[in-house]
Amino acid sequence: MTDSKYFTTNKKGEIFELKAELNNEKKEKRKEAVKKVIAAMTVGKDVSSLFPDVVNCMQTDNLELKKLVYLYLMNYAKSQPDMAIMAVNSFVKDCEDPNPLIRALAVRTMGCIRVDKITEYLCEPLRKCLKDEDPYVRKTAAVCVAKLHDINAQMVEDQGFLDSLRDLIADSNPMVVANAVAALSEISESHPNSNLLDLNPQNINKLLTALNECTEWGQIFILDCLSNYNPKDEREAQSICERVTPRLSHANSAVVLSAVKVLMKFLELLPKDSDYYGTLLKKLSPPLVTLLSGEPEVQYVALRNINLIVQKRPEILKQEIKVFFVKYNDPIYVKLEKLDIMIRLASQANIAQVLAELKEYATEVDVDFVRKAVRAIGRCAIKVEQSAERCVSTLLDLIQTKVNYVVQEAIVVIRDIFRKYPNKYESIIATLCENLDSLDEPDARAAMIWIVGEYAERIDNADELLESFLEGFHDESTQVQLTLLTAIVKLFLKKPSETQELVQQVLSLATQDSDNPDLRDRGYIYWRLLSTDPVTAKEVVLSEKPLISEETDLIEPTLLDELICHIGSLASVYHKPPNAFVEGSHGIHQHSADQFAIMKQYFSVLQVWLPATKAKGLEIAGTFSRRQGHMYMDMTFINKALQHMTDFAIQFNKNSFGVIPTTPLPIHTPLMPNQSIDISLPLSTIGPVMKMDPLNNLQVAVKNIIDVFYFSCLIPLNIFFVEDGKMERQVFLVTWKDIPNENELQYQIKECHLNADTVSGKLQNNNIFTIAKRNVEGQDMLYQSLKLTNGIWILAELRIQPGNPNYTVTNPFFSTDIVFAAHIARSE
Amino acid sequence: MIGGLFIYNHKGEVLISRVYRDDIGRNAVDAFRVNVIHARQQVRSPVTNIARTSFFHVKRSNIWLAAVTKQNVNAAMVFEFLYKMCDVMTAYFGKISEENIKNNFVLIYELLDEILDFGYPQNSETGALKTFITQQGIKSQTKEEQSQITSQVTGQIGWRREGIKYRRNELFLDVLESVNLLMSPQGQVLSAHVSGRVVMKSYLSGMPECKFGMNDKIVIDKQGKGGTADDAGKSGKQSIAIDDCTFHQCVRLSKFDSERSISFIPPDGEYELMRYRTTKDIILPFRVIPLVREVGRTKLEVKVVIKSNFKPSLLAQKIEVRIPTPLNTSGVQVICMKGKAKYKASENAIVWKIKRMAGMKESQISAEIELLPTNDKKKWARPPISMNFEVPFAPSGLKVRYLKVFEPKLNYSDHDVIKWVRYIGRSGIYETRC
Repeated sequence: MTDSKYFTTNKKGEIFELKAELNNEKKEKRKEAVKKVIAAMTVGKDVSSLFPDVVNCMQTDNLELKKLVYLYLMNYAKSQPDMAIMAVNSFVKDCEDPNPLIRALAVRTMGCIRVDKITEYLCEPLRKCLKDEDPYVRKTAAVCVAKLHDINAQMVEDQGFLDSLRDLIADSNPMVVANAVAALSEISESHPNSNLLDLNPQNINKLLTALNECTEWGQIFILDCLSNYNPKDEREAQSICERVTPRLSHANSAVVLSAVKVLMKFLELLPKDSDYYGTLLKKLSPPLVTLLSGEPEVQYVALRNINLIVQKRPEILKQEIKVFFVKYNDPIYVKLEKLDIMIRLASQANIAQVLAELKEYATEVDVDFVRKAVRAIGRCAIKVEQSAERCVSTLLDLIQTKVNYVVQEAIVVIRDIFRKYPNKYESIIATLCENLDSLDEPDARAAMIWIVGEYAERIDNADELLESFLEGFHDESTQVQLTLLTAIVKLFLKKPSETQELVQQVLSLATQDSDNPDLRDRGYIYWRLLSTDPVTAKEVVLSEKPLISEETDLIEPTLLDELICHIGSLASVYHKPPNAFVEGSHGIHQHSADQFAIMKQYFSVLQVWLPATKAKGLEIAGTFSRRQGHMYMDMTFINKALQHMTDFAIQFNKNSFGVIPTTPLPIHTPLMPNQSIDISLPLSTIGPVMKMDPLNNLQVAVKNIIDVFYFSCLIPLNIFFVEDGKMERQVFLVTWKDIPNENELQYQIKECHLNADTVSGKLQNNNIFTIAKRNVEGQDMLYQSLKLTNGIWILAELRIQPGNPNYTVTNPFFSTDIVFAAHIARSE
Repeated sequence: MIGGLFIYNHKGEVLISRVYRDDIGRNAVDAFRVNVIHARQQVRSPVTNIARTSFFHVKRSNIWLAAVTKQNVNAAMVFEFLYKMCDVMTAYFGKISEENIKNNFVLIYELLDEILDFGYPQNSETGALKTFITQQGIKSQTKEEQSQITSQVTGQIGWRREGIKYRRNELFLDVLESVNLLMSPQGQVLSAHVSGRVVMKSYLSGMPECKFGMNDKIVIDKQGKGGTADDAGKSGKQSIAIDDCTFHQCVRLSKFDSERSISFIPPDGEYELMRYRTTKDIILPFRVIPLVREVGRTKLEVKVVIKSNFKPSLLAQKIEVRIPTPLNTSGVQVICMKGKAKYKASENAIVWKIKRMAGMKESQISAEIELLPTNDKKKWARPPISMNFEVPFAPSGLKVRYLKVFEPKLNYSDHDVIKWVRYIGRSGIYETRC
């Protein structure tokens, strides 16, 4: 075998020669020639002009040659659509071949050819292949539906391929199931609102069964799909978790990470005090650690994800800090990530070890890594108060090394330490000042200037030091200029007698010679402050600064929640939501299956239930929704107070439908001033019942660290309409007749310009089912049923006259007419 | 999903290019070459995003494999797939090199067509692939053979074909461990763990059902409860605590999860049954005691003692101690009691090799390192002293208790199978800071 020779032909007139060879009489010669063509195609030469000659070679029983021609076709069919038609016959014939491998090959290749005319011919063979007796053909056909959808989504819907695909979820072969799931998941991304996958407990059960039997890749598809499911209660969540946990021992790290994703998501639904919750948390840690013994690339993916996991649930890995210690031979990207996680896990218990490690790292070779290590020492000081002193002395040691970038980085972090622990470590200022000259980075210069300004009263030659920076004022970066301006003003307020000249100099530099508006503005403000009221100036400039927070660069909680839903994926590697790097990504919300995100699609209009004025700054706006058979109370909490809020809890008064929340309020992080959080509270109707007026009134109490607040809201009745509210036709007829006429109510819905079919479709979306339809004297009569969560059936007759926008609803039961009216209005 | 897969040589020339999705164009091939291969710097991330296109890359010798996508794919899966791709290629034609890839490019395209469909990885078990991707064409197969192939490729036991026959049923079981250590100069263990693998070669007829047992603490404790307290105490000592383990896809994971028993139908030939990790009660076969003294600015004195810490009857082999030297080393004099030591200027290290060493022994090396005076402000980073060795026992303490084979359909029993067990402990990253 010396196929490499095909790569070397490089002379002129090559195409011409190839053409001749492709038309050679001998089979072997032709095969050789096709190989040459493919080799040329690989290296990027344009061999599209050989199209007819290559396609001619397609009629062969040599499978190797056939595959090569197909490969060529996939590449060039688009540029030669008319010629590509020549291949159709051969494909269609192959789809009927007795050999399943050839049938699959044909349907697989056909799906890759993006030429409309060929696609038309694909439908019939594809339909057959989806029902083929051989699982190999079916699993290939399943993927082919996704291919076809990518080319022509409408056609896939019109031809009913989506239903066939859904049927394959119940296939007896696990690999067919896995590919069908993969295809459906992909297609559903472009249909954010449809419930394509139709995840219900039966289907979930089928997936979990296939999970045990299919290939490692199939397991990944299934797990990724499972993570989009919202279990209806904690029991279901737990039983899914139990069946997913064994996957944590799989050799394939992607299977492990996808299993972790499912578990991390479902953990939210489990009661925190249950035994199972604790066990599950414990089970998560060893597999995560094991991921770090894989190949470096997988380690990197794992580390980026662990970074998210330790932010969401630090308890999982808090004992494992040692495994994140950097090894000398780790690739740099692994080192940097490990360092990040070390800081997140640093605590009083392990700080001594962590510091010793960091000191070691600060002497390494890679500049980025060393800088990050130095920065990490500073972050330790801020995070673990008891260690601050040791961190500072470590930083001083590092400054003594005089390695330029180490010194600069150290000075930047020391500024932060000063801000966290004011008036504690000023003794080291002298050492810092010795390094003034070596600072050439804006960050470091600004930090140093800030320190000098802040502690001007304790530095004898503060004026000299600051003056030295002033010389090249206009060459400095804006950051340095602004800091220098403030520092000199501070100095002046502290030692007014000696620094009058200096302050005037800087003010004129900032206001007269600079063309930076920020700088000028700040200069003018200081100038006026100083000239009108020095006392106020002092109050403003030297006011007490708020302490900096302990944890820096934490990912914002809502983003973190979204990223947790994407564990294992590229989004979790970039730490960005998918729409930030995927072009034209639609339906991200659906894809992420983020409970909060879905909400926004369903009801964008939130009602303000509790205005901030009535609740000491807490504002709650919300709505109710029903998704995949579950009820949710979707709320946005906004903190409009000046202090942060914690310890949230919620309680409902007894109500007509026995609605109670199934989980505690999912707000785990403090809500900072001006921050808001979107939550989705799952509800159930198993609570105590008390008739309310109006019927759908719900009284709610919300508690936070400040106080307890009460409000009431109306639950739209449609969220109580259950999915199995379709009454048997016969039963409907009998029930309808049994109801005495005096119980009947009539109601008119005005201004509704829809025809009967649309109305019935819209109502069905809200679980109001049309049992029968008839046309009497030009009027459409719709007979409908729905069932409430408490088992009460409601029947209705809807009369629609064409041309008359007013509908008449006859309702044999009690006052649900209101419901209907409200309902149709809503479904518009 | 994966939009395209490219293979490059070290110059950035494309050897294989297969595009699966319409959103990946030919320009992606060039973007990767220019931005990653030609950048000629250390790889700062194995995932590179160029113009909203993500490139996942791994390197094998001087060959680059890159998977390209524009979607939010499962990143771990893409890397696992690339590794798998490498395994499959190695199984078909040996080492992954430019020459081998060029020689087998038709085969590679055929494989890529089979194991990746529209960017979704499909069955990639070499055992299964080799039944129908042969580079010979598949004309000659009978209908039965064809359906056997497809049922194997899509089946529940995709890694083994039916009808395997051996005259002699034989099993080789290797417990391969690599012991990792990071020790402080003062002799304090900063971190230590064993990552082990159980590698099996099975030559068994039919579809045998196997059960593997080892001295796993959880299992032993469970059994101990049934027996007398005395038994439990005795066996407890010999059992080991496994932090975590992962299994080949042939192992029934749900069974392991519920009963902690390892049962499976093995692939034919060689495969890795399980990987595990332990951190408790590790036997550290060697202890390294370094002593570095700076004598003035131009001289370093280094003394390193190694002590072997295992049964005197056992022999460690292939011992190598690597003592890093500063970049400005001008000359080195070494004296060692045992083995050979050499200063390797190109590697900036003194390499001390000992062929064999029994347990409970001690050996020493001392070296004087002359340094050129430099005005380099930066201090020497003092990389750790690393060690390599091989010992004939499992440093984790793992013992194989049994490996039972059942094949109800064929007439051979567990006793007829010839079984071989071997333990090898190797050094992983075994470092002592100095």
